[in-house]
Amino acid sequence: MQTEDRYIIDFDENQEIALETKDLHIYYGDFEAISEADLKIPRFQITALIGASGSGKSTFLRSLNRMNDGIADVKGEIWYRDLNLNSKEIDVYAMRRQIGMVFQRPNPFPKSIKENITFALERHGMTDKQELEERVETSLKQAALWDEVKDKLNQSALALSGGQSQRLCIARAIALQPDILLLDEPASALDPISTAQLEETLVNLKEQYTIVIVTHNLPQAARISDYTAHFSKGHVIEFNDTKDTFTQPMVKLTNDYITGDFG
Amino acid sequence: MDKIRESLLKPSRTSKLERRGKLISLVSLSSICLVVIAIFIFIAFRGLATFTSDHVSLVDFVTGTVWNPDVEVNGQPLVGALPMITGSFLITILATALALPFAIGTALMMTDITPKMGTKILQPVLELLVGIPSVVYGFVGLTVVVPFIRDVFGGSGFGILAGTFVLFVMVLPTVTSMTVDALRSVPKNYRSASLALGATRWQTIYKVVLRAATPGILTAIVFGMARAFGEALAVQMVVGNAALMPSSLVAPASTLTSVLTTGIGNTVLGTVQNDALWSLALILLLMSLTFNLVIHFIAKRGELKQ
Amino acid sequence: MNAKRTDKLATGLLYTLAGIVVLILVFLLGYIILRGLPQLNWRFLTTPSRAFTAGGGIGIQLFNSLYLLILTMMISMPIALGASIYLNEYAKPGKITNTVRTMIEILSSLPSVVVGLFGFLLFVVQFGLSFSILSGALALTVFNLPLLTRSIEDALKSISNDQRNGGLALGLSKWETVTKIILPAAVPSIVSGLILSAGRVFGEAAALIYTAGQSAPALNFADWNPFNIDSPLNPMRPAETLAVHIWKINSEGIMPDSSAVSAGSAAVLIIVVLIFNLLARWLGRLLFKRLTSGS
Repeated sequence: MQTEDRYIIDFDENQEIALETKDLHIYYGDFEAISEADLKIPRFQITALIGASGSGKSTFLRSLNRMNDGIADVKGEIWYRDLNLNSKEIDVYAMRRQIGMVFQRPNPFPKSIKENITFALERHGMTDKQELEERVETSLKQAALWDEVKDKLNQSALALSGGQSQRLCIARAIALQPDILLLDEPASALDPISTAQLEETLVNLKEQYTIVIVTHNLPQAARISDYTAHFSKGHVIEFNDTKDTFTQPMVKLTNDYITGDFG
Repeated sequence: MDKIRESLLKPSRTSKLERRGKLISLVSLSSICLVVIAIFIFIAFRGLATFTSDHVSLVDFVTGTVWNPDVEVNGQPLVGALPMITGSFLITILATALALPFAIGTALMMTDITPKMGTKILQPVLELLVGIPSVVYGFVGLTVVVPFIRDVFGGSGFGILAGTFVLFVMVLPTVTSMTVDALRSVPKNYRSASLALGATRWQTIYKVVLRAATPGILTAIVFGMARAFGEALAVQMVVGNAALMPSSLVAPASTLTSVLTTGIGNTVLGTVQNDALWSLALILLLMSLTFNLVIHFIAKRGELKQ
Repeated sequence: MNAKRTDKLATGLLYTLAGIVVLILVFLLGYIILRGLPQLNWRFLTTPSRAFTAGGGIGIQLFNSLYLLILTMMISMPIALGASIYLNEYAKPGKITNTVRTMIEILSSLPSVVVGLFGFLLFVVQFGLSFSILSGALALTVFNLPLLTRSIEDALKSISNDQRNGGLALGLSKWETVTKIILPAAVPSIVSGLILSAGRVFGEAAALIYTAGQSAPALNFADWNPFNIDSPLNPMRPAETLAVHIWKINSEGIMPDSSAVSAGSAAVLIIVVLIFNLLARWLGRLLFKRLTSGS
């Protein structure tokens, strides 16, 4: 059944929507990287964005918390809590505290493990020592890093392994207690074991966070995500339940992509 | 309205910080630009007074060979700047020309002949040569170079030649390190292609590497000349400070910078004698600008070729 | 065969040229230090200079040089920091940015004597600061700013954009990210650049002869109130530095031992510059290590 050009799932009424884009267009100069993207991100679920390189999925992700400001030109609407994020009235800094982001390459700050987590909290006005300590512990536990680093919290974060660094970056992001966590190919620089740990961490996190993850790794998308959006040449061509996407894709291009047939 | 929505709609402390930080850094940058503009305005204002309020003709100033601002002939002070202009150019050209073979030779050692050893020894040598203050160069010039010239050529030893030797060492590191950059930017495969065709190392260097690096080496030369032209104290200490047309390389002469350093303190601001000095400073400033323009021009042409 | 012989000859020539360059440096350092070393003793380094008789020291000049250096760095550092942050983090590529960069380039290639003369016109005459440490420090700031700005900008540029994204994604402003994350990470190379520029400032004389002046009035080293006229800290007093001193006694010195005094001063100057050079390397490496390893 691969007859349609485009298939977008309709969520039933009980599914809360955390974030919704309407008619989103993203331009780099004259080049249109994303056109007409309409996507609803379901709350407390993991949504995977897949697609070939250059399909615009990372660009799309980075636009959700306006990390593309000043780099790309974003037109259209991004709805979050009945607010259009893509407008001048929105304070981007306050917004990014609600919509955090973790990047492809682990980027811990050249500070201690603890400071990596407390740094942004302190900048945002949290001064209570006790409260900070608690945040450090809970966020590291949620990121499944606590046991490995609890004895060396004051050591430089640059001494951690790649997988540990990435989980620290996740801990750092969730320490701010955001609503939504955006991850841009977070496992692409990691070895298989670290990747598995990271995936487990993400699955556990979805009880409290809405997660959007860009990944090149199709088995990963299949393993951890609840919904999958397939990007092709700047268009969202299929968005469906992950199980359905991978077992009975509605769009031929999706089928070609997941079976590796690009001919 | 929930709290989170509210926080998104009003400017956060962070955004205020951002605006303030951006402003602070913009003010710092602007202040540097302001200083540059002020330098040109101040020195042009003083330097043009010779021609506007003292009514010296620009042609006389640039071509006159007698510098004696205290003496007036037909109501015009004798301010012929040609001796200093000649002195400056002569020293600059001679010193850079003398430095060039050494610079290219040293640079080639660092890039093509023995890159490892060359860099290990020669890099610190160049850094130290740059680091030596110009008055120390002047002092060594005064106590070594000048007596040496006196012994060999007779006379006082002071003059263009002494200045040339001192400036040669001073521009050497500048020209060398920029030549190194130029040579390094020549793609490796140019070299391997030439060697693979059976050319010897020297043929490769001479016919391929040096040719490809020519624009960069030209830039290095102009940079060296700019440094030489503007150097004041080291030259002033060995050039002899006689505002005369240089009759020989070993006769006392002067440069724009040497007359300036000795003169400004001995004249009163606003007098003809003083104005004439500021005109020399203006020439110096304009020459520095010219060197900059030439460097930009070479860079532009290099870009076009690629 | 001919090509091979030319190749050998040319290689020999290159070795000779580079060898001569090394010899020049060895001679320079050897000459200055060997001639200067016999002069160096505690008395020479601490006593005031004498204008007409032998036996003077360089105490006041040495102090002036250091004080001027510190003041200059205190003024130029924040400005250079701000300017380089704007250039590297905020400035958008375009005509205006290019013009600004060109202006900074022009400033960095201006002869220092021109900077000194400008300082004389603006600070000494216009602002009425007369020949003083403050005038000198401001002139040296003008002289120092373009290079310091460039070296800090390079240091900032060397820090990966991942760090900037990391800060922004946590809801921090660019300014916070740069000042609290990027700058600390760039400290090792900033410190190296700072010390190297300090060496340059320490040895500079042409920018000072008409700003900080050419006289070194006696100081009362027991009085550290900057508002008193003979206090070493008074920024409004004229202050001949070590480099200016060397120039001064050689171009118009009348003291009988001027050559010995200049040899000693030159040696001190060179040694300080050498120390700055070594310090820049060592400190840069040390800070880098401290930054990356567990503390």
